[in-house]
Amino acid sequence: MNEILIAVLVVGAIGLVVAVVLSFASVFFAVPVDERVEKLTEALPGANCGACGYSGCSGYAQALSKGEAKPGACPVGGEAVAAELAAILGVEAQSQARTTARVMCSGSCDNTGKRINYKGITSCSAANQILGGGGKCSYGCIGLGDCVSECEYGAIKVCNGVAMVNESLCRSCKKCVLACPKGLIEIVPVRSAAVLCSNHDKGVQTKDLCSIGCIGCMKCQKVCEHGAIKVDNFKASVDPQRCTLCGKCAEVCPKGVIKAAAPQ
Amino acid sequence: MVKQLVAVFLAAILTENYVLSKFLGICPFLGVSKKVNTALGMSAAVTFVMVLSTAVTYPIYENILVPFGLEYLQTIVFILVIAGLVQLVEIILKKYMPPLYNSLGIYLPLITTNCAVLGVTMLVLEKAAADPSYTYVTALVNSFGAGIGFLVAMVVFAGVRGRLETADIPNSLKGLPITLVSASLVSVSFLGFAGLVEGMMG
Repeated sequence: MNEILIAVLVVGAIGLVVAVVLSFASVFFAVPVDERVEKLTEALPGANCGACGYSGCSGYAQALSKGEAKPGACPVGGEAVAAELAAILGVEAQSQARTTARVMCSGSCDNTGKRINYKGITSCSAANQILGGGGKCSYGCIGLGDCVSECEYGAIKVCNGVAMVNESLCRSCKKCVLACPKGLIEIVPVRSAAVLCSNHDKGVQTKDLCSIGCIGCMKCQKVCEHGAIKVDNFKASVDPQRCTLCGKCAEVCPKGVIKAAAPQ
Repeated sequence: MVKQLVAVFLAAILTENYVLSKFLGICPFLGVSKKVNTALGMSAAVTFVMVLSTAVTYPIYENILVPFGLEYLQTIVFILVIAGLVQLVEIILKKYMPPLYNSLGIYLPLITTNCAVLGVTMLVLEKAAADPSYTYVTALVNSFGAGIGFLVAMVVFAGVRGRLETADIPNSLKGLPITLVSASLVSVSFLGFAGLVEGMMG
């Protein structure tokens, strides 16, 4: 009996000492944790895409709690999440222009043709290894859908040989931007005009390759009152910050490659 | 004295390797040895905890358990003490060394009940009972050597697994079977060190 008692007492005493030391340690060495971080992480969509510029949603939540980041940097969550984050932080939500991915190519099967009959792996990056894909235009969309498989929101489809973004579904997570071996996809504000071509060849060459390609005729640059369009290296590009979506560039474009329609 | 310590240290790494000769701590050995980086992190944490727990459990055994005649309780007491100690270390690291905590953090709770750590603390006492020249310092050196031995085994095996990634393995052996086969081969290769330390120091 005595032996059992001693054993129980000794082990109990050791356990007690460990418990006391641990509970003191947890008080003395407590690290102040911002409780908002957990709430912020919950409010975020959890896509961990990194489009906000931080390492995943938890990284952004930490930066938010420290005041290093502002709500509204999450393109996936959009304005609803921005408002929620702002409510948790107790600041006012800033509305941010909605952005979308755009495929800067209009080279559908009707507008351009094939140079080689590619029959390899159905992947743009694989096809790109073989003479830059099968299309006539070496800048254009290969159309095998690397961006489609990368998109988590079903916002991209390959229609008639060229990838198209459904702008109402796009969350600007940039995954397609990284997936495109041609670098055709850009994240731009929804409310801005876009030159849907990436061909930097001279106008004459572009004409041969694609019926809708930008030939660098400078008409849009001249007509734009806000200096939003610049032709550089035989291709026009839109500065979304200056574009007011007046639509004049789209009117004068002889190729009809500029899209300046307001989103529905 | 120094000679004995060096011999104990080398023996703990090569001839008495806790993973490859005593088959303790196999779960982290198989689980965390996929990449050299994580293998190093885990081994560093194991080494640290091994030395620390030997430093604490040795006096507890000598000064508390032996006088009360409670040697038979050493397993349960050691688990209790090691678990508490690892928690304490974790709390302190979190406060004062956040980078180290972030890199070791996930491994520390895993080590709490690691059999290699418990094995070292208990086998060290067994040796001390058998050999009168075996002191507290020897025990610490032994446990440090055991940790380094764990590190050597992990890193060597991480290298072997790296080669396995590119090897053409029969379908029936893919995954865990080939890992266990290669682990046993690495273990057999460590048998070659038997007698080496005695030969060098003797």
